[in-house]
Amino acid sequence: MSLVLTEEQELLRDTAREFVREQAPVAALRKLRDAEDPIGFSRELWSEMANLGWSGIIFPEEYGGAGLGYAELGVVMEELGRTLVANPMMSTVLLAGNAIALGGNETQKKDVLPSVCSGERLLAFAHQEGSRHQPYRVTTTAERDTDGYRISGEKTFVLDGHIADQLVVVARTSGELRDREGLTLFLVDVNADGISRTRTSMVDSRGYANIKLTNVSVERSAIVGDVDLGANVVDVVLDRATAALSAEMLGGFTEAFERTLTYLQTRVQFGAPIGSFQALKHRAAIMFCEIELSRSIVLDTLRAIDEDRDDVPSRVSTAKARCSDSYHLIGNEAVQMHGGIGVTDEEEIGFFLKRARVSQQTLGDAAYHRRRFASLRGF
Amino acid sequence: MSDLEAFREEARAWLESNGPTSMHLPIPESEVVWGGRQEAFSNPDSRVWLERVSEQGWTVPTWPKEYGGAGLSKAEERVLTEEWRRARCRPALMSFGISMLGPVLLEYASEEQKREHLPKIARGEIRWCQGYSEPDFGSDLAGLQTKAVLVDDEYVVNGQKIWTSYADKSDWIFCLVRTDPAASKHDGISFLLFDMASPGVSVAPIQLISGSSPFSQTFFEDVRVPKANLVGTLNGGWTIAKRLLQHERAMISQMGLGLAGSSNQSIDALAKEYVGTENGQIEDSILRDRIAQHMMDNECYGTSLRRSMEEAKAGQGPGAASSMFKFYGTELNKQRYELLVSVLGTQGLGWEGEGFSEHELKTTREWLRSKGNSIEGGTSEIQLNIIAKRVLGLPD
Ligand SMILES: Cc1cc2nc3c(=O)[nH]c(=O)nc-3n(C[C@H](O)[C@H](O)[C@H](O)COP(=O)(O)OP(=O)(O)OC[C@H]3O[C@@H](n4cnc5c(N)ncnc54)[C@H](O)[C@@H]3O)c2cc1C
Repeated sequence: MSLVLTEEQELLRDTAREFVREQAPVAALRKLRDAEDPIGFSRELWSEMANLGWSGIIFPEEYGGAGLGYAELGVVMEELGRTLVANPMMSTVLLAGNAIALGGNETQKKDVLPSVCSGERLLAFAHQEGSRHQPYRVTTTAERDTDGYRISGEKTFVLDGHIADQLVVVARTSGELRDREGLTLFLVDVNADGISRTRTSMVDSRGYANIKLTNVSVERSAIVGDVDLGANVVDVVLDRATAALSAEMLGGFTEAFERTLTYLQTRVQFGAPIGSFQALKHRAAIMFCEIELSRSIVLDTLRAIDEDRDDVPSRVSTAKARCSDSYHLIGNEAVQMHGGIGVTDEEEIGFFLKRARVSQQTLGDAAYHRRRFASLRGF
Repeated sequence: MSDLEAFREEARAWLESNGPTSMHLPIPESEVVWGGRQEAFSNPDSRVWLERVSEQGWTVPTWPKEYGGAGLSKAEERVLTEEWRRARCRPALMSFGISMLGPVLLEYASEEQKREHLPKIARGEIRWCQGYSEPDFGSDLAGLQTKAVLVDDEYVVNGQKIWTSYADKSDWIFCLVRTDPAASKHDGISFLLFDMASPGVSVAPIQLISGSSPFSQTFFEDVRVPKANLVGTLNGGWTIAKRLLQHERAMISQMGLGLAGSSNQSIDALAKEYVGTENGQIEDSILRDRIAQHMMDNECYGTSLRRSMEEAKAGQGPGAASSMFKFYGTELNKQRYELLVSVLGTQGLGWEGEGFSEHELKTTREWLRSKGNSIEGGTSEIQLNIIAKRVLGLPD
């Protein structure tokens, strides 16, 4: 598949760009933050995104989706990243929704996906424990009892966990702490007895929760996929979500860079635009190269998923490592090159730095993905 | 079957029946054919191979047939490259004529000049060197002072060039000369071709830190050059000079892919061998991380080259892409050799003689040679200047 956007994809990009500029500029995120909005994003906006077909963009038409590919999803994610739009694409569509779409049975898919596509139902993926992404490091247990399972454990950093209607919980049904085998996925209603959710307020002003499960009782029908073989679903879900997140990050640092470039051209010191100083020029040129390389790998990774290529896992790790490094670099440089105004709350550039740091950590930072890449390549 | 697939079969069949196993990769440095009057063909099969390939027009596949090429489209050329790789055949000819001079002659030279020079480049008969840099004008190339003065029907050339790669082995030089000292510096330069055997040309080799001596100082004392050897317009040489640099940078950019070099083994395999493993992982976790990072960067780079080709085909893409690739590719290549030397430990620091394998010694020399990558063809800093100005539009 070509790395050049098709006409349809360009059209989608233009639509998305116009939509986010008008409906969800960075100012909208600031407003949600200042109002301490209990949801963390605008449900109205999410309905409109659903109307545009984005909430179901990757899901088959028979479940109410648009049946498009990751190349198209990536176009939308990139634009959402440009203005730091708070939205439940990651939680509801790419993580939990995808777990159902890829691992669920027909009943579950029919039950869940249409209402996800319509924008009515919100989901969250309760997976991480502790302070970092370690996909098989799961201590939350699901123990058999007469009719089903009882789940207990503590989940952290659950994207949109505080407002989801249902959770896909990753729990251990057998095996040792870091074993790949022994994980099982459960679809759990948030109103079930034994669930307590605490929203955590994080620097990027988006919604996250810590979720405690105490003897939460679920029926066998809540199992998503096969008992003990949940990692088969988790791996694929994480790869796809990570590719999508990389596309969002690409949009974020491209925008932060473009804003900085404008500043370099307009801010005058010593009687000259600061962009005429070579110390800044070279750093800007290096950032440009990093962005170009990031864009190439993101585009190819999305297409690798659409083509179902064997190298999806290593491409995903390459994309996430690079986008994490690029966002880190550009987030910091953007603030520095804005001078004093860059570290004020009033100037929007700081929002990019904050989102950079959170998205770097989400689904594994650069070092995590380099380790994973090395293992995948057998060294 | 599409025309392209038909061409693929044709190319495959031809390579199979015409490419003897002695002309398969790898190619020892001593057997690389650069052509020209001094070419000794240390492996006699390589002479036959060059004849066969150039007969097909495949040393310069996209050039028109009348100039020694095969008139292939870009798509056909890609197929040919793929088949070449698949057949593991050696390149028949390496040359600055092919990668740098030829493309600008095609664009700017007169019909007569094209007919005179292009077929000889294609057949490897004449080897060319590049007379750009001068002792006082390197990065600031446009300041060059080598003079050419028209006397009757000849230019008389006086001055000095430096870092002229393979000047001692080349037959002709493409040379930047000042033809109008009064004009502003970019507007008084012309692009001149002449025979290195002309009276008044002399060459003094310079040794590199790697021990080899691929380049020279080149002196011109009253060298007489026929007027007809000026390419393009008088005092219009800077445009041609810049275009040639783009071709040169594109060629150097290929280094970023890490295909060159003496080792058949990948860097991770070498690390496993030299550093050792623990549970199948390279024992030194920091080195492991750096190798992973490098391999990923390399793959991003390769994907970017591919994207840039596809964008060019679709008529888009950043104009100064060649500067980006020159910068990034050469920095990547240097980084690769830094890593290789780290991987080999003290075995990667031998100079010559006993105690080191041939491959180890070569890696050390290549590591030193790689330091020139971010200098030759315009330094990394100059590439960043170009990106800042031409792509980002930052003010002077
Ligand atoms: C292996 C090799 C092969 C070569 N082959 C040829 C050849 O065949 N023909 C030929 O003509 N030339 C050749 N060159 C020469 C090469 O093009 C020059 O060395 C190069 O352009 C730099 O010029 P310089 O050496 O004079 O360095 P300088 O221009 O003196 O640069 C010194 C340092 O200053 C920096 N600098 C200079 N100007 C600026 C600026 N404006 N902003 C920021 N930093 C700056 C440079 O980046 C560099 O780090 C070769 C060089 C090498 C290393």
